[in-house]
Amino acid sequence: MLHTTGGYWDAVAWIVAFIVIAVVVYIIRGLGRRDFRKDSAEPFFSGVELPTEKTHVKASNIYWGFTDSLKGYYSIMKKMHDGIINNYIAWFIAISVLLFFVVFLPEVIP
Amino acid sequence: MNLIQQMPAILIGMPLIAAFLTPIIDRVNKKIRNGFVIVVLILEEIFMITLAWHVFTNGIAIYTMGASNPSIVPLQAAVPIRIVLEIDGMSAFMGLISATVCLAAGIYSISFIKEGNGKGKYYTLLLIMLVGMLGMEFTGDLFNLFVFLEILSITSCALIAYRNWYGDAVEGAFKYMVVSNIAALFVLFAIGLLYSRYDLLNIAAISKIMEYGSLEKIALVLLVSAFAMKCGAVPMHFWAPDSYTVAPAPITAILVSASQASLYALFRTCFSLYGNLMDYHSIGIVLILFGLLSMFIGVTMALPQKDIKRLMAYHAVSQTGYMLLGVGVGLYLLGSSNFNTYGVKAMEGGIFHIINHAMYKGLLFLTAGAIFYRLKTRNLNEMGGLAHTMKFTSIFFIIGALAIAGIPPFNGFASKLLIYEACYKVNPILSIIAMLVSILTLASFVKVFHSAFMGPKLHDVEEAPKSLLIGMGILTFVIILFGLFPGWVVNNIVHPAVTALANRIDYINAVMGG
Repeated sequence: MLHTTGGYWDAVAWIVAFIVIAVVVYIIRGLGRRDFRKDSAEPFFSGVELPTEKTHVKASNIYWGFTDSLKGYYSIMKKMHDGIINNYIAWFIAISVLLFFVVFLPEVIP
Repeated sequence: MNLIQQMPAILIGMPLIAAFLTPIIDRVNKKIRNGFVIVVLILEEIFMITLAWHVFTNGIAIYTMGASNPSIVPLQAAVPIRIVLEIDGMSAFMGLISATVCLAAGIYSISFIKEGNGKGKYYTLLLIMLVGMLGMEFTGDLFNLFVFLEILSITSCALIAYRNWYGDAVEGAFKYMVVSNIAALFVLFAIGLLYSRYDLLNIAAISKIMEYGSLEKIALVLLVSAFAMKCGAVPMHFWAPDSYTVAPAPITAILVSASQASLYALFRTCFSLYGNLMDYHSIGIVLILFGLLSMFIGVTMALPQKDIKRLMAYHAVSQTGYMLLGVGVGLYLLGSSNFNTYGVKAMEGGIFHIINHAMYKGLLFLTAGAIFYRLKTRNLNEMGGLAHTMKFTSIFFIIGALAIAGIPPFNGFASKLLIYEACYKVNPILSIIAMLVSILTLASFVKVFHSAFMGPKLHDVEEAPKSLLIGMGILTFVIILFGLFPGWVVNNIVHPAVTALANRIDYINAVMGG
């Protein structure tokens, strides 16, 4: 048992609860329709038969809405991640300078 | 001869000697070479577990190089002479990570790395990489820390460029080399400043007499910024995706542990070298800010990636943020009345996350390697339906993905829960950001799972070879074990590491007496 700041976590108890819930879900599922056909869940494209490989959604098409709505943020991020090593080092130097301010500022402004 | 007493030197010396024997055995027989390297890595794991258990139960282990009784540090006018290895709970904890990941990566490499491409040299460099990590984690001497950091950087650079017939591998290695060299120069300059001030290189000895003046502050800034860059903290993380992506998968898994060795050096600098001498509130806030930025920018940059390893590399940056956040909160609260309640728990979460991350991120990189081994591509758009044939790889991936996303009952959940709850007491915003990042992590790995493993069967490929499966299996076993018994792990492995880090006086007294 793992004691946290607010309580505890018991993985074994969670697994037991998970198994009980899974069994209940399985029983409920067993009460469903028995005439279900696998082909009834195939992708439908206006009645046009699709080749199997075309039914797979590619990685580029996943979360496009998320990235599109945050395109302002991503354009800044892309500029930062430009792959130029000089800029990587410039960031490192900039952060080091900022750290100097953090460490020495209490001396200057007591 | 007491074997336990000699263990720190054996753990560093054995892979070093084995590394130089490997090319000779390679000339004789390739299978014997593979067997030799794996036996050395298994012995390293066994010895490391033995030493760690000894440290967790009996306290700090000292090894003085060349002394007739290595457990006692010879002092001359209150100055420790000879090179000293000081293995406390935190060092032992980090050593366990390095040895385990190297063992899994070594076994994985048997089939993953093809013969005829300098495999003997590959194993030589892999073993020296282990030496570099263990050396950094065990040493009680600042200059040795620099030497082992350099050993680790040079071998890592060579192994990133191992597949030098790909242009991007050479480019990734070049970037790693430039960044590592500049960081190492910063470290060397800081060590020079401290040496010029105190005539000492031993961490405990410097820490005992240190006064927090301008020179020490400059050294602190140089050390913190260099180690923060080497561990991949945002906004100094840019090298990490470029290098992790192009290295062979088992090397990427070890690179995660290598970055964590720098994280260890950062924590050692903050807690053991400076401790409560410095303005730990300010440095704690700096670590928290590094953590928040790393978590958020890492995960948001991972989401749109199409290269499976680059996506995982950004997640490595993001997960480093959790460790920085947990330990940063601990440092922020150091010396306050809340340290023993929230501070210790936050640090336990952060430190526990280090080992969890090494295991599941190592596993995820190995699954990406298994996919590359069969498909010869890292592009997620060219994958699909792999679960039809690569069943074990799929299961390993699911376990790794659920663990990194912090889904119960896997190990990532336990460490994240500790971080969420402890950080919430300090500032709820910290926990909210950490949870949001976990949700985005899950979303990102759902994308990878869908695009690589789900869908119709697009590729006629076989399951990964056995050595790849064994390598992945070792890390999966640890993930499940740590997930099922997090309380035992925290009480017996993580808590001694946190206690060792927080008790600077014990670290000093182990060398200086008193």
